[in-house]
Amino acid sequence: MSEAVPILSTHGLVAGYGDFQALFGVDFEIAPGEIVALIGANGAGKSTFLRAIMGLLPSRRDMIRFDGAPIGGAPTHSMVGRGITMVPEGRRLFTGMTVEDNLRVAMDCARSSARRSESAPWTIERLHELFPILADKRGTPVERLSGGQQQMVAIARALLGQPRLLLCDELSLGLAPAVIRDIYRSLPLISATGTAMILVEQDVGLAKTTSHRLYCMLEGRMTLTGRSENLDQAAITDAYFGSHHAVA
Amino acid sequence: MQWLDALIQGILLGGMYAQYALGMTLMFGVMRIVNIAHGDLMILLALVGISGSAMFGVGPFLVIVLLIPIGALLGWALQKGILNRVIGGDELPSLIATFGLSVALQNLMQQIWSADSRSLPGGGLESASVNVAGVYIGVLPLLVLATAVGLTGGLDAMLRFSPFGRALRAASVDSEAAAITGVNPRAVYATATAAAVAILGIAAVFQSLRATVSPADGPAQLIYAFEAVIIGGMGSVWGSFLGAIVLGIAQAIGFRADPGWGILMGHLVFLLVLAGRPQGLMSRNR
Repeated sequence: MSEAVPILSTHGLVAGYGDFQALFGVDFEIAPGEIVALIGANGAGKSTFLRAIMGLLPSRRDMIRFDGAPIGGAPTHSMVGRGITMVPEGRRLFTGMTVEDNLRVAMDCARSSARRSESAPWTIERLHELFPILADKRGTPVERLSGGQQQMVAIARALLGQPRLLLCDELSLGLAPAVIRDIYRSLPLISATGTAMILVEQDVGLAKTTSHRLYCMLEGRMTLTGRSENLDQAAITDAYFGSHHAVA
Repeated sequence: MQWLDALIQGILLGGMYAQYALGMTLMFGVMRIVNIAHGDLMILLALVGISGSAMFGVGPFLVIVLLIPIGALLGWALQKGILNRVIGGDELPSLIATFGLSVALQNLMQQIWSADSRSLPGGGLESASVNVAGVYIGVLPLLVLATAVGLTGGLDAMLRFSPFGRALRAASVDSEAAAITGVNPRAVYATATAAAVAILGIAAVFQSLRATVSPADGPAQLIYAFEAVIIGGMGSVWGSFLGAIVLGIAQAIGFRADPGWGILMGHLVFLLVLAGRPQGLMSRNR
């Protein structure tokens, strides 16, 4: 992995909620165009890690670097301008607004940063090719969509921010297996445009097959990292549950 | 004929209430911020306008031009200084903060302007009227209604179709999700409140042209604005216009039946709507 300069790296990242500390010195890096899966049990700190990157939790400036620049704790909305967007856990769409209006919020905000870079690859038309159902549903209020369709809107909204790094928090949560397959099939197409992706995922098998590299978290620390195809099941189990998981 | 006249007067009165309600529909209906100082801010702007008009000898239309930026500045400062610190989830903190502001503003205005009633001289505009098929209609109330229609249409289009409107609706639904989409919720809120109070600057001039204002008048205007927004349906701009017209008609018909019943009649219609259609006449929900 040391062959490429990381687009994002964290250095001893510490974060938490008020008095409750959730991350204890996390070191992480991801290269441009890379898909990195982040697995771990509930409460391991995966979502907290993404929220800290996104500036939703305070952290020291130099603990998170994007493109070499320290960005830890910068305002959340400024992350989109830098090129980081997020598909949040539970989708968090703008209810009461149509699919089209949900997407246009992202386009309105992305414009200035997309203008700066030469290529602005994501358009509504291209997203309609990626998720054809969104074309039919463009005038529908988002709360009337199925869970899978809502997840597609959430991904489309994040992509219209023209990210260079896309954070995905539990894309498969609460969706039917066939829908999960459809959504995961779109990920290589997204990564082919050069966008790096961090996938937080509960399904370890899915995480392994989709990603280039994998990190495992336990109790706010990274316990395992490596190329996804090289990691064996026993090592993942150890990292996932802790080395003393067999002790009753 | 007497009832037709009452109906027309009611619609015209509703035009005034619609102007009060516009800022309220933006802040309470869309952003879910309860601004108890809404009426007091309008009275403050009216008193500033009356003093300014007397001091510089300018007419009512120039006063409007002066009050819009003053209102926008007041609204921006209100959001930046007070409301942005208390937003997030719950409506109670904004209610308490603005209740305190309301009391402080009323006392400040009494200190500066005393408790006297004042009004803005309109140079004959306030008494001009046109005769339409035997019913005399005031030029000023017509102007008030036309302004209300124009502002309502403009605000509605702004919320529906402009990038700012989309960002405001998004931030109002879920400010964190809006932030991760690139919206700066606090900046959007500050602009929206600036717009809401700037519109109050227009309402303030018309209110002080058609009636008198005194420092303690704010809370009564606040009630009408609240009622119009709730009758119309939270979040619907044309709904709150309709709510204001319904309120105006109810009051005018009540006044015609008995001078003591006007205000009460308005409140009764409000309660009837709450009982029969609590989501409001034009709510998008359900």
